[in-house]
Amino acid sequence: MLDHEFMRLAFGAGAVVGVLAPAVGFFLVQRRMSLIGDGIGHVAFAGVALGYLLGIAPVATALVASVAGAIAVEWLRANRRTAGDQALALLFYTGIAAGVVIISSAGALNANLFSLLFGSILTVTRGGLLLVAVMGGAGLALIAVLYRALVAVALDEEGARVSGLPVGTLNVVVAGLAGVTIALSMRIVGILLIAALMVLPVTAAGRVAHSVAWTFALAMAIGLGSVFVGLTISYYADLAPGGAIVLVAAGAYVAAAAGARLAARA
Amino acid sequence: MPLAVELAAVRFGYDPRRPVLEDVSLAIPEGQFVAVAGPNGGGKTTLSRLTVGLDQPQAGSVRLFGGPVDTASRRGLVGYLPQRAQLGIEAPATVREVVSAGRVTRRRLLGPLTAADRDAVVAAIARVGLIEQADRPVTSLSGGQQQRAFIAKAIVAQPRLLILDEPTTGVDADAQDALAALLARLHGELHVTVLYVSHEFGAVEHVAERLLLVRGGIAFDGSPAELPERWHDPSHAHA
Repeated sequence: MLDHEFMRLAFGAGAVVGVLAPAVGFFLVQRRMSLIGDGIGHVAFAGVALGYLLGIAPVATALVASVAGAIAVEWLRANRRTAGDQALALLFYTGIAAGVVIISSAGALNANLFSLLFGSILTVTRGGLLLVAVMGGAGLALIAVLYRALVAVALDEEGARVSGLPVGTLNVVVAGLAGVTIALSMRIVGILLIAALMVLPVTAAGRVAHSVAWTFALAMAIGLGSVFVGLTISYYADLAPGGAIVLVAAGAYVAAAAGARLAARA
Repeated sequence: MPLAVELAAVRFGYDPRRPVLEDVSLAIPEGQFVAVAGPNGGGKTTLSRLTVGLDQPQAGSVRLFGGPVDTASRRGLVGYLPQRAQLGIEAPATVREVVSAGRVTRRRLLGPLTAADRDAVVAAIARVGLIEQADRPVTSLSGGQQQRAFIAKAIVAQPRLLILDEPTTGVDADAQDALAALLARLHGELHVTVLYVSHEFGAVEHVAERLLLVRGGIAFDGSPAELPERWHDPSHAHA
């Protein structure tokens, strides 16, 4: 399998995505904003469509659209301009509608689009891997530096404000990281499924871990394992990798939940 | 004695046409232990939120340690236990992790905990008597123990003002007495100003130096000995 360069590229990009998605998703799940990834994914779709229309690399336009959408949702939530679920709904439907309108006017309703929606192991290029590695590495480094502050805000947002932490800025950082993660992950997992890789490993880890730090570390391990196993299944069974990866992550959640139940009985 | 808290002619209402607090002025010297009580809707939680800067007065001013509230916050001078303190997190945070979060300040925002941070965390956990529970998830503890963990978080950055909003909600009578004793000890050991807000004075009436009864304004301000008998239960604090 690894004799093929496209698989080596897919595994390389997948390794970064498998770690980055749960690392960012951890802070979304803790703040009970698990579905924001889906909303941003829909905006990323509009960004991809705009890329096709303008003849620009879709990843670049998706990156800009995702980060802008994520920050917009955070702004709406923080300023209580609208309820959190309403802000998400606005993002969901506007993003997908704009994407469909733009992509149909660009005449790009084709297989390339399908691969971005659900992932494809054939679409990762050397340049794409470099982009994922650099931006993903920068995102993980940022999380490492801000980890304590991000956890403090997740634990008690008002307490963090009283302690003088720049809570608004930290929340925008998390939203921006979510946008970057989605744009970087769409080649491997697909726009419509990436949110699952941000959420499922975290919820699985939360069932068996006994601390925040272990939940965070275990979530990244489950994310990485899901990507590797999912890509392998995808190669041998000729399946869309996004679906395979997410089903493996869902399986990890079922196994963790069962393990936790057994441990509680013991 | 320098002032820790100064409120001058403060007015606030979530609906500006119906103020919760009207023309409230208050001066709390540094080091004083003040208990605030009042009936539901009387404005005592609003008073604490205005004091820590989570709400802004619509008229008047709030100052901490002689300066703006946000300056005191940025300097890490304020420790706060919010009403119905609970974890805003799905992951199983341990006592040590919760208390460690209190060491994150604007000046110490980046990077891992230092050895001094870890020592301060252990010391704060020891002060509230939870050393044996340090690595247990907070959610596995009793209500009284959980409140102790949150108090440790509030004191771990060594604030000069400690504000506790309804810390005894959902806690049994024995745990309330223990909490009052703990706060009296912390007040003595840390020389911190304490603003304790609750629906009733309860056990804290015996350890506080000053009592405030809040009902849209300051209905009573004096020592425990001066408190009229009928106001020992503030739900009876009618005009």
